[in-house]
Amino acid sequence: MSDTHSGHENSGQQSSTALSPLADPGLPPHVYRRADTEPRAAKKAEQQVAILFGLSAASTIAFIASFVGIKKDVFVFVPLFGSTQAQQLALGITLALSLFLIGAGAVHWAKTLMPDHEVIQDRHELRSSDEDRQGVIDVFHEGAEAAGLGRRSLIKRTLLGSVGLVTLTPILLLRDMGPLPRKQLETTNWAAGRRLVTDPDGKPLKASDLQVGAVAHILPEMPEGSELTLNDLVKDAVIVVRLRPEDLNLPADRKDWVHEGIIAFSKICSHMGCAVGLYEQQTHHLLCPCHQSTFDVETGAQVIFGPAARPLPQLAITVDSEGYLIAKQGFTQPVGPSFWERSS
Amino acid sequence: MTTGKRIGGNVANFVDERTGAGRALKKNLGKVFPDHWSFMLGEVAMYSFVILLLSGTFLTFFFVPSQEEIIYKGNYAPLSGLSMSQAYASTVDMSFDVRGGMLMRQIHHWSALIFLAAMVVHMMRVFFTGAYRKPRELNWVLGVGLLTLGIVEGFLGYSLPDDLLSGTGIRIAEAIIQAIPLIGTYVAFFLFGGGFPGTIFISRIYTIHVLLVPGIILALITAHVLLVWFQKHTQYPGPGRTEKNVVGFPLLPVYMAKAGGFFFIVFGITTFLGAVASINPIWLYGPYNPSQISAGSQPDWYMGWLDGLVRMAPNWETHAFGHTVSWNILIPGLIVPGIMFTGLALWPFIESWVTGDKREHHLLERPRNAPTRTAVGAMALTFTMVTLINGGNDLLATHFGLSINQIMWFSRIGVFVLPPIAYFVTKRICLGLQHKDRDTVLHGRESGRLVMLPSGEFIEVHEPIDQYARYSLTNHEQPAVVELQLEDAHGVARPGSVKEKIRARLSRGMYGEQVQKPTEKDLLELEDGHH
Repeated sequence: MSDTHSGHENSGQQSSTALSPLADPGLPPHVYRRADTEPRAAKKAEQQVAILFGLSAASTIAFIASFVGIKKDVFVFVPLFGSTQAQQLALGITLALSLFLIGAGAVHWAKTLMPDHEVIQDRHELRSSDEDRQGVIDVFHEGAEAAGLGRRSLIKRTLLGSVGLVTLTPILLLRDMGPLPRKQLETTNWAAGRRLVTDPDGKPLKASDLQVGAVAHILPEMPEGSELTLNDLVKDAVIVVRLRPEDLNLPADRKDWVHEGIIAFSKICSHMGCAVGLYEQQTHHLLCPCHQSTFDVETGAQVIFGPAARPLPQLAITVDSEGYLIAKQGFTQPVGPSFWERSS
Repeated sequence: MTTGKRIGGNVANFVDERTGAGRALKKNLGKVFPDHWSFMLGEVAMYSFVILLLSGTFLTFFFVPSQEEIIYKGNYAPLSGLSMSQAYASTVDMSFDVRGGMLMRQIHHWSALIFLAAMVVHMMRVFFTGAYRKPRELNWVLGVGLLTLGIVEGFLGYSLPDDLLSGTGIRIAEAIIQAIPLIGTYVAFFLFGGGFPGTIFISRIYTIHVLLVPGIILALITAHVLLVWFQKHTQYPGPGRTEKNVVGFPLLPVYMAKAGGFFFIVFGITTFLGAVASINPIWLYGPYNPSQISAGSQPDWYMGWLDGLVRMAPNWETHAFGHTVSWNILIPGLIVPGIMFTGLALWPFIESWVTGDKREHHLLERPRNAPTRTAVGAMALTFTMVTLINGGNDLLATHFGLSINQIMWFSRIGVFVLPPIAYFVTKRICLGLQHKDRDTVLHGRESGRLVMLPSGEFIEVHEPIDQYARYSLTNHEQPAVVELQLEDAHGVARPGSVKEKIRARLSRGMYGEQVQKPTEKDLLELEDGHH
């Protein structure tokens, strides 16, 4: 290349004494490596590179042997990492070595034996020349003129219109990706008289099953033949806690939503819908592990810390004639995270 | 001529006669690239992407992207008899029953973490050395796009196994979408094919994860590297290096060997991690069930800052006219990240507007010589670090026995207070280093040799530095402040526009404070004084 030259050929011409103290002295004089000057050092470097490549090949053979030879149910104990499947470990380590050693060999080769004379190439301004720019404009104008883009405005307008319209079709085609929300976010399977059953065993609960301080993970009992899907769980999951009745400090209209200190809340966080699964028995706090929103059970799951803005919706409960806990009514507000159509 | 050479010649002839590739190769094989360790950070990112493509292709042969519920009957006893999706079951199966399956999964996950980390560190290198300045602003914007896509791709990837941890992450993403005013609920229902979680999102994000996003990333990486090729790489300033040249080593053979070898080194190290360091053991988390949760739920590190923002948000929500706006989700989940990434992408243009500098720059700047830029970078990093720390506040609390409420309040206050402190401190450090450089040029470097004078006084001998070192410490530019023009060309007073006033003010902030670098005059005067 015409604009390439060795970096060091002209560095000798500029003797530094003739220059002003802060002028560019050019590249520093080249320092030769041992392998450049001593054939024995070069020979040694060559051998080192070959050894690295050779070890890589040996490691690949070990990889093949581990793949074929080690049984899957053999486990080994490795200090620091614990018990590990021997085959996966052997495959990994041999493959890691095979790859790494090829790289190490290549880099060692480049560093010791390949030329390390710095080379200088010139840079050129990226901007095109004025003639070139004018040329492009001319060609463009000629093309536009030949196509009659300026004169035939009817064609231009109908083209723009049709292209604009056809780009709308994907939006229509994507319409059937899902149904409209309708009231889905506002409904759950909870309704008056529905029994509270344990998650995952599905056993109905009596008040006597819960000691003071106990917590239970609850789902609604479904009629024979219908099962809860994950889409139901994400709205129906409830957490039930039993406190001493005198510890509760609920709003007046919710005093009778509780049965003998047993109180039920939606388990789906009012912030972003994680399961509020941590109950702190001493403080009567429910904590969401996702973003640490903390709800105070005593006051009806009011938010006392964290990013959640609303209390967990409370489920009114009572007992049926057989003494099993049942819902008094469904939830009176949507459960889970907020959405635009939510009214309160 | 040997047979090998003859065949090689024939193939080359065949290709060249049909493509003219020879001309392009002749021009490019000797292309010179400057050398510096920090230039390999971008390489790590690119090689990690290749590793991701290779290991990911392997994973697709065994992964079943379906949410159909099945009862697990595989070899991993603790999950036996549990109901789970096929996606989860096939991930467990490939981990335990496919030879090398666990290894490939772990390589894939580790290289995703390395891919993102390398991009971030590469971006820091580009930022703190001013490499994004004209003509490379477009490549900076491409880089911001790659980082954004990388984060999305990583999140979708670790969501695919449909385990309890990642399902929780998807739930949170759904809540963010649902919080968008007006259209949020509809968008969420379309994406998930109905209510959350539905039965279709795994196969949808699978297509996006293995086809759409990697395709775009590949195209952007190609454009990114081609631009580096055409614009030629930047280089650090120093003796013999100018804005008009490139000093370094030719592509063939040196860079071919170094870069090619480095790919294998990155691959080897990633494989080693995959072999010995367990990552994302989904069989311990269990299959996703929206009514369950595990304590200490954490996203991967590159999502941690976002989670930290969401955690520290104040619990504001507006209810009006029968509608709800969740500021507690919108601000940390969409608005702040939007500002962060827009600001990142626009930075080169903002800086060039403030400095009024429209020239091409191919020489990098040492961070200390651009104190304001360095301080702005430190400020942004500090902000992100505070949010990242808050993203792990529960783990910090349990590991160090701290109160989670206190960590949260530390972050809520720190996110406003610490960045300005970082700005101020960094700027002072930069100016201090400029002082030191000036001293070194004028008075030489400290030799560590103490000498006792005949008078009994001890002095440390300073050794003068050579011309090369002197040039390295003084070649940088020290631009002047863009002053507000209060008079026009005819000397008539003119009021500056608001825009101009803002610019003059920012420019003063940018360049107003510099330690004057030594001039030749300073040096010569000093020498005269010594003789």
